Amino acid sequence: MTVGVVMLVHEALHRAGELARHWSDAGCPVVIHVDSNVGDAAFARLRGATADLGRVTFCKRFRCEWGTWSLVQATQAAAEQMLRQHEDVRHVYLTSGSCLPLRPVAELKDYLAARPRTDFIESATTADVAWTVGGLSAERFTLRFPFSWRRQRALFDRAVALQRRAGYRRRIPPGIEPHLGSQWWCLTRQTLSAILTDPARAERDRYFRQVWIPDESYFQTLARNYAVNIESRSLTLSKFDFQGKPHIFYDDHLQLLRRSDCFVARKIWPRADRLWAAFLAPPADMPERSEPQPGKIDRLFARAVERRTRGRPGLFMQSRYPREGFENGKTANPFSVFEGFDRLFEDFEGWLGRALGTDVHGRLFDEGGARFADGGDVHAGGLPAAPAVRDHNCHHWFRSLVWNTRGKRQCFMFGPEDAQDITWHLSADGNGDFSVITGAWAIPLFQQGGDFAETRRLASRLQRIEQGHVEILRSPHSRARTRIWSLSDVVLHPMAPLQQILDEIGPKAATPLAEAPRMVDLSGFSNFLRALKNQGMHLPLVGDFPAEVEVAGPPSERRRRRPYLVK
Amino acid sequence: MAVAYGTGLRPPGVRRRVEGATYEPLRGAAREAALAWKLRWRRLHRLRDARHSGRDLVPLGAPPRLPAGAIPVFAVVRDEIERLPHWLEWHRRIGAGPFVVVDNGSSDGTTELLLGEEDVHLWRTEASYRASRFGVDWLNHLLRRHGTGRWCVVLDADELLLAPHHGVRDLRALTTWLDGRGGRSMGALMLDLYPDAPVGAGPAFAPGDDPLAALTLFDPDGYRGTRQRVLRNLWIQGGPRDRLFHRAAPRRAPTLNKLPLVRWRKGDALVNSAHTALPRGLNDVWERVPGTPAQDLARPVAALLHTKLLPMIRARSAIEKARGEHFHDPLGHDGYYDALIAGPDFRHGGSLALEGWEQLERLGLITRGAWT
Repeated sequence: MTVGVVMLVHEALHRAGELARHWSDAGCPVVIHVDSNVGDAAFARLRGATADLGRVTFCKRFRCEWGTWSLVQATQAAAEQMLRQHEDVRHVYLTSGSCLPLRPVAELKDYLAARPRTDFIESATTADVAWTVGGLSAERFTLRFPFSWRRQRALFDRAVALQRRAGYRRRIPPGIEPHLGSQWWCLTRQTLSAILTDPARAERDRYFRQVWIPDESYFQTLARNYAVNIESRSLTLSKFDFQGKPHIFYDDHLQLLRRSDCFVARKIWPRADRLWAAFLAPPADMPERSEPQPGKIDRLFARAVERRTRGRPGLFMQSRYPREGFENGKTANPFSVFEGFDRLFEDFEGWLGRALGTDVHGRLFDEGGARFADGGDVHAGGLPAAPAVRDHNCHHWFRSLVWNTRGKRQCFMFGPEDAQDITWHLSADGNGDFSVITGAWAIPLFQQGGDFAETRRLASRLQRIEQGHVEILRSPHSRARTRIWSLSDVVLHPMAPLQQILDEIGPKAATPLAEAPRMVDLSGFSNFLRALKNQGMHLPLVGDFPAEVEVAGPPSERRRRRPYLVK
Repeated sequence: MAVAYGTGLRPPGVRRRVEGATYEPLRGAAREAALAWKLRWRRLHRLRDARHSGRDLVPLGAPPRLPAGAIPVFAVVRDEIERLPHWLEWHRRIGAGPFVVVDNGSSDGTTELLLGEEDVHLWRTEASYRASRFGVDWLNHLLRRHGTGRWCVVLDADELLLAPHHGVRDLRALTTWLDGRGGRSMGALMLDLYPDAPVGAGPAFAPGDDPLAALTLFDPDGYRGTRQRVLRNLWIQGGPRDRLFHRAAPRRAPTLNKLPLVRWRKGDALVNSAHTALPRGLNDVWERVPGTPAQDLARPVAALLHTKLLPMIRARSAIEKARGEHFHDPLGHDGYYDALIAGPDFRHGGSLALEGWEQLERLGLITRGAWT
């Protein structure tokens, strides 16, 4: 007893010839259906190439089109010829010209000989399948499809919509419970001949002629009526992508296919010479293998689907430029923005870098150019610090920075003196994390001294910018985590914000502050603020600055007197 | 001093929803129709210009009969004798060819070299490169005559196409895959390569040498993109030339997005070199997943390895500066030429050595998309 191979061919006929020889050499009779669309010359070449193979024959040719009845007709004709001409065939295996046997044919024959009454045909009810493309599953069986999906898509869609609206439903003949499954099956002689010789076949054929994609449902449905023992899976490995197109296997999939232990795989790229040579070679000594294991291949393709629809967060490139708001993450990694800290504390960047062990940049959006952590002119693989380049497309520039340093939280200083265009992009980003001391811009003004009228003008401007900025941070569209303190709060309780920041974004094992940053000398600052107020300025962002802050003495002493208590 | 930022409470791009504002979409549709009409005219103008410029092209040899299924390469070259042997070989190996080439007044033996190649179909012209819109009109003419109905590769002689799965799957596999998904074009990022030394300091480059051995480094970062509303392409700029030469005027930085692979239809036209094309759908190398707002990453994106910075660029820049045949405002680029003539050093701490397409995909510069 042996396996008969029915092969449907419509392109790459030279590969079909090689396949026929491979099957035939292993003792399997082959019946080939060649699509009528194939030219006579090519067909003659295939005949010539297989002329010396006694058990390779050709059946009546049909003009085949994807998703239509013609494919079932071709299969029927070839299967009938197979059953008629080859009495020794117990199983019939339906393949195509791009189905490549991955394991020696003898192993397939042994496998089937051990399961003489089993039909391998994927067959599931319409309610249970998720692979239907185009939104048609049960309706494949209850509507009519007079138009070609490939060539007359608009008419096809309209016909479907019209029937839906009219509430039209075809009657499903008795004895048919619609099932769907892979087109590529392996059926026993009993089941196949029962399907093909059933007295009701003419009626059923008439019904299926108007079903959409009958090649995935005709045998799958009817096998349920006759089979003794159905294994609802296909022995042919075949993966479909999101558009319902079969995945194609190329030379680089060789190892993957080897390890899958599947008997047959499709679709093989006709020019993948290495694959064809490797699998059509005479069988070498192979280790004993058992059940097919397509799991690895499943994982590979699942990754591809994931990459397709979601992309890698924070990555922007030629093939992908999401509309605002629909990105899978604006940036690749969490980042932290510190506002005002560098004004209030001496060498805050250095301290934070030691405490967090990550990149802490200075003012990335400084008007004079980005101040990178390493003080360089170019950062992380070619990002220039030049302000014109940065501001030309500041959010892309920042995304690039985060993408290219992914794995490391980027921290940087920011303030109302800097270029502000980036604000929305940072605050609308769920990866963002803002720690803000409002009013800290007053400290450098205080330190610089100089013409007071000019200082007053600057202070007013900076305050206006910061007010707008804080408003953005607090808007309902902001998705960043935000902590805002006024300058007065921090001056009075400097350790609380620092400890909170370290607890929330620091390394997992939160340690008490070993070393605190030094606060700048603020003696006389309250007088400066009073002078600003006397000039008519309202300073809501600074908060109620204590008049006696200088009484607290130099920061170092104050720190000693007010140790931070750890719970 | 900082620019005061508007204090509107919506991020840019989030539109206000006005109750009962039914006129909005209508106005949008009208604007879209007007734009479509305008672009149609622009495309027809390009095609007319192509027809006119095509008269300048003198065929050297019989008209080509390209074999069925071939993926011809279209290029305009001038004095490229050093690069061409490797360039031809590289693209033959990835399954492209034959080559349809316009020789724009070469005098260094390029013409003779190309005439000696079996699979090169050559046209010659002494007409102005600038007047033919930097070769675009010639290309449009030849693409229409010889590329219609085919997948066509459009390249410069200093560009090497590095597609995903390079070395294992050829362009035939890629185009078949794209055909199966209805994609008509593939985008690419132009990746400037530079030597591990100041430009021009290395050994001289002889015809047939491998430019990838002379130019080993590239910038893995520093690219920025803006979506262009009119032509729908992503305008990518950046790279080492931007980093060194255009820090004060980044708008002038070289454009790095390209469309090297297009299934050409009658009526298609390149607009701005091979950066953009009309109709606009060709520039849509990103797509939306049907029925969802998510972007479709299905299509692969390739890299074009740009071998411009070979040692001869220094001498070449002096010539080009005098010719003034490049750029819309050649005088504005004198500084650019001077910098190149001086032999700049593009290296920095983050420069990477080019290893292959997998490396570029890991860095996020190209992608295989759904072509797994």
